[in-house]
Amino acid sequence: MLTKRIIACLDVKGGRAVKGVQFVDLVDAGDPAELAWRHANAGADEIVLLDIAATHEERGTLIETVRRTAKELFIPFTVGGGIRSAGDAAAVFDAGADKISVNSAAVAEPALIDEIGRSFGAQAVIVAIDARRSTAGRDPVGEAEVFVRGGRVRAGRRVLDWAREAESRGAGEILLTSMDADGTRAGFDCELTARVSEAVQIPVIASGGAGSAEHFIQVFQAGKAHAALAAGIFHFGVADARALKMELERSGVSVRLPC
Amino acid sequence: MSERQGIAVIDYKAGNATSVLKALRALGQSAEITADPARITAAGKLVLPGVGHFQATGRLEASGIAAAIRESIARGAPFLGICVGMQWLFEGSAEAEGWPGLGAFPGRCEHFPSAVKAPHVGWNQVRVAPQSRLMRGVESGSYFYYSHSFRGPVAPQTVAVTDYGGEFSAAVERGNVMGVQFHPEKSGPAGLRVLQNFVELAC
Repeated sequence: MLTKRIIACLDVKGGRAVKGVQFVDLVDAGDPAELAWRHANAGADEIVLLDIAATHEERGTLIETVRRTAKELFIPFTVGGGIRSAGDAAAVFDAGADKISVNSAAVAEPALIDEIGRSFGAQAVIVAIDARRSTAGRDPVGEAEVFVRGGRVRAGRRVLDWAREAESRGAGEILLTSMDADGTRAGFDCELTARVSEAVQIPVIASGGAGSAEHFIQVFQAGKAHAALAAGIFHFGVADARALKMELERSGVSVRLPC
Repeated sequence: MSERQGIAVIDYKAGNATSVLKALRALGQSAEITADPARITAAGKLVLPGVGHFQATGRLEASGIAAAIRESIARGAPFLGICVGMQWLFEGSAEAEGWPGLGAFPGRCEHFPSAVKAPHVGWNQVRVAPQSRLMRGVESGSYFYYSHSFRGPVAPQTVAVTDYGGEFSAAVERGNVMGVQFHPEKSGPAGLRVLQNFVELAC
């Protein structure tokens, strides 16, 4: 049976992994390569490495980090943050990434999805969407809006429309982050995740709001997510992906175990 | 024949051959990425990776790589096709009508039925035939990582199946010609076991 995936996410800045609990108060949490390897051994189904600084000056540092991280990682490995062109994507693939995620740059230039997909395969392109429920409309979830530049700028697009367009342009997966839920530890936005999942054929990875194993059960069942991103959760309460997956299995969620 | 050494990871611009190379090197193998027919026939074993569109396999014929592969296979060199590289071993694919496959296994690759979401992305289980050399030591129920929208039919030479909208070939094996639909280079310890089985085959 096709399982639900638990994806360990590492935020990196200047070649170091940081705990993104509070964006402005970054804590150095170690070497990304070592952490990725530990998460893989602890049962994570995939690794995502997100360059949260994503400045041009630090591009070389990121590529070197990707290279070191990929070296001993034998599960799918995604890199995101600051990928603005097919050339940026090529450098990251060259360094050993299996997939890349694009966000703001794809909103600004949607053809970037087609372009990267043609060169590296549709499965290698994840379109990351930062979403916020609409505060004005009659259907806050259906009219949820896309935000870019780290969630600071309204993109003028609806989440459901953008997800469908990304799919039609050949995106392999959608990484949906609820800005409303992010950082709350009160649970994923299951309603929004389910709407996006129903709108597209491609897998939807849920992100934002996880605070307990129960939240993952909800997003896989009510939220119809195919995968969920786990970042902070491993720092408070749930030991690792394996422990999380054992709880999921007890609740009837199909996961890769033993792992 | 005995002096032929090393593994050629065939590059035909269909996805990331690097990850396959990395996994083979982690297993202590001497391997290189190449598109040169002469290097391919000189290698002891061949791996044809591939993600993406079946049509990319058209480059194999055009570049002379397919001829090199046929020559090596006829000589007895172990060959492993991965994902689209495995689909190419069948007679063809509905993904690219008019582009023939190698025809080492009977049948054509088809899209998943509309009853299930496609692509099939993620970890799924295999059911393994006990006589398989490629899948030796892999228990039925083990998980492998998949990423594909088309799949090969179950053939008499199928040695592992996976169920997603019905059973399809997860692994095929006929003499020295083998293929896996999953990505062994991305399937953790179970995947490395399959690659280890392949590299241990006599050239």
